[in-house]
Amino acid sequence: MNSPKLRIKSLHKSFGAGARRTEVLRDINLDLADNEFVSLVGTSGCGKSTLLSIVAGLQDFDSGELDIDGSPIMKPGLDRGVVFQSYTLLPWLTAQQNIEFALKAAGHDRATCRRIALEHLDLVKLPHSANLYPSELSGGMKQRVAIARALSYRPKMLLMDEPFGALDALTRHQMQELLTQIWEEHRLTVLFVTHDVEEAVYLSDRIVVMGIGPGRIMRTFDVDIERPRREEVMESAAFMDLQRNVHKAIREASRRPEMA
Amino acid sequence: MPDEPAGKASPSDTATGQAMRRRRSSGIGAPIARSRFLIIAVAVFAGLGLAWWAATGLDLVKPIFLPSPASVATQLGKLWADGTLLTDLEASIYRISVGFLIASVLAIPIGVLIGSFRTWEAAIEPLVDFIRYMPVVAFVPLSILWAGTSDVQKFLIIFIGTFFQQVLMIMDNVKRVPADFVGLGRTLGLPDRKILTRIVVPSAMPGIWDTLRISLGWAWTWLVLAELVAATSGLGYRITVSQRYFQTNTIIGYILLLGILGLITDQVMKALGKVLFRQDSRS
Repeated sequence: MNSPKLRIKSLHKSFGAGARRTEVLRDINLDLADNEFVSLVGTSGCGKSTLLSIVAGLQDFDSGELDIDGSPIMKPGLDRGVVFQSYTLLPWLTAQQNIEFALKAAGHDRATCRRIALEHLDLVKLPHSANLYPSELSGGMKQRVAIARALSYRPKMLLMDEPFGALDALTRHQMQELLTQIWEEHRLTVLFVTHDVEEAVYLSDRIVVMGIGPGRIMRTFDVDIERPRREEVMESAAFMDLQRNVHKAIREASRRPEMA
Repeated sequence: MPDEPAGKASPSDTATGQAMRRRRSSGIGAPIARSRFLIIAVAVFAGLGLAWWAATGLDLVKPIFLPSPASVATQLGKLWADGTLLTDLEASIYRISVGFLIASVLAIPIGVLIGSFRTWEAAIEPLVDFIRYMPVVAFVPLSILWAGTSDVQKFLIIFIGTFFQQVLMIMDNVKRVPADFVGLGRTLGLPDRKILTRIVVPSAMPGIWDTLRISLGWAWTWLVLAELVAATSGLGYRITVSQRYFQTNTIIGYILLLGILGLITDQVMKALGKVLFRQDSRS
C-alpha cells in the first residue's frame, strides 16, 4: 500500500491544566489514503471538530504524531484547505475577490488570480455571481464560494467542518450532490466532519465514529457503495443498512462513559 | 446520553399567526411605517416648540429666564450678521476637529492592538479602564495649569474625554471579529501582521466607525466644557459671557445650535458609514 496522505498517530489532546484539565482526544490513530474521502461522525463533545482543527494547524496537541505526505504539521498552511461551518466570506469583498484573496496569499499574480477564481466559480456553478457581495448570496451560495476558495489554491487535502450544518435540508442536499460531483471528477483527500449520518454515508469512502469521555475513535465503516453516486442511492438497501449501523454505533459510542 | 433535540413541535401556526396580528401596531419591537415614525417625531418637536411659544407669549415666565422663540431667533440673526457667530463656530469646530482627530488617530491602533493581543491587553486595558473612571471635569483645573487657556487646553480636555473610551470600545469592536475570519487568514498562511491589516481591521471597521460617531457626540460636550471655564472665543465662551450680561436669548440660541450641530455631525457620520460599509450588512 502507498504511504498515506495524512497520518495521525497516537494523538492526545487536553484543554486546561491541573485539576481543571479535561482530556478531549485520547490516542487517535487515523490514516487517510491519497484521494480518500473520510468522514468523522459522533455526538457533540466527541472532539471531532477539535481533531479537524488540529489537522488544520489551528490548535496544538499534547503528544502524538501528525504528518501530511510524511512531513509533520506544525502550523496552518496552504497545503490544507479549510471550509468552516460559519460563513467566512469576507463581507467587504465580492465572491470573486474572496477567492482571489486566497490566491493572492498563495502568491499568484493578478491575472492568474482572476483566471483561477473565475474557473472555480464555474466549478461550484456560480459563474454569474462573481461580482456579488456575501450579503447578496444565500447561505448555500456562500458555502459554495467558500469551497471554491479552499480548492482554488490546490491544497493537498481539504478539511471541512460541518460545512453544510447551517443550511436548510433542501440546500444541504444540493450541496452534497455538488460536492460528490466535484470530488468524483477531481479527486482529493478530504477529511469531513458532520453529525449528519446520511450525509456521511453519501459522501464518504470511510466513516469514522468517535465516542465521548474522552473523545476517541470507536469504529470505522467502509462505504462500499459504488460511484458515481447520485441521490437515488440514498434509497438503496445497502445505503439504508449502513446508515442504520452507523447510527447504532454512534449511540453505543456515546453511551459508554469514562471508566476511571 | 446523546443530547438529542427534544423534538418539541413549535406552537401551532394559527396561534402564532393570531398573536402576530394582535401585536401589529404596538407591542415590543412591532414595526411602524417610516412616515408614521416621522410624523410622531416632528409632532413632538412641534409640540414642545408650541409650548415654549405659548409660555412666553402669555407671559407665564419672565423673558430673563426664558425668552421667546422670536427673541432667540432675532438674537442669533444679529450675531450672525455681525460675524460673532461665525467666529465662535470657527473656533469651536477647529478645536473639536483637532482634539477629536488626535484622540481617534491614537485610539484606533491601540484599540486594535489590545483587541488582538492578550499581552497588550494586559498592559493597557486595566490602566485605560482606571483612567476612564476619572471624571473629565476634574482634569479641567489641571489642564489650565498645564496649558493655560490656549487651544491646547481644549485639545487636552477633548482628548481625555474621548480617547480612553474610544480605546476600550475599539478593543471591543476588534474582539467581535469572528474567530473563524482569523482562522481563515491563518489557514492561508498569512502572518499576523497581514491578518491584522487585511482581515481584522477591515472586518472591525464598521464597528470602529460607529465608535467614532458615538464618541464624536461626547467630544462636543467636552469642547463646550473646556470653553465654558477657560476660553476667549468659541461657542462655550459666548455662553459664559452671555450669562454675565443676562442675555438668556443668546444662551438658549447657542444651546439649540449645539444640539443641531451634534445632530448634523451624527447624521453625516451615519450616512458616510452607510456608503463606506454598504456591503457589510452581515447576515
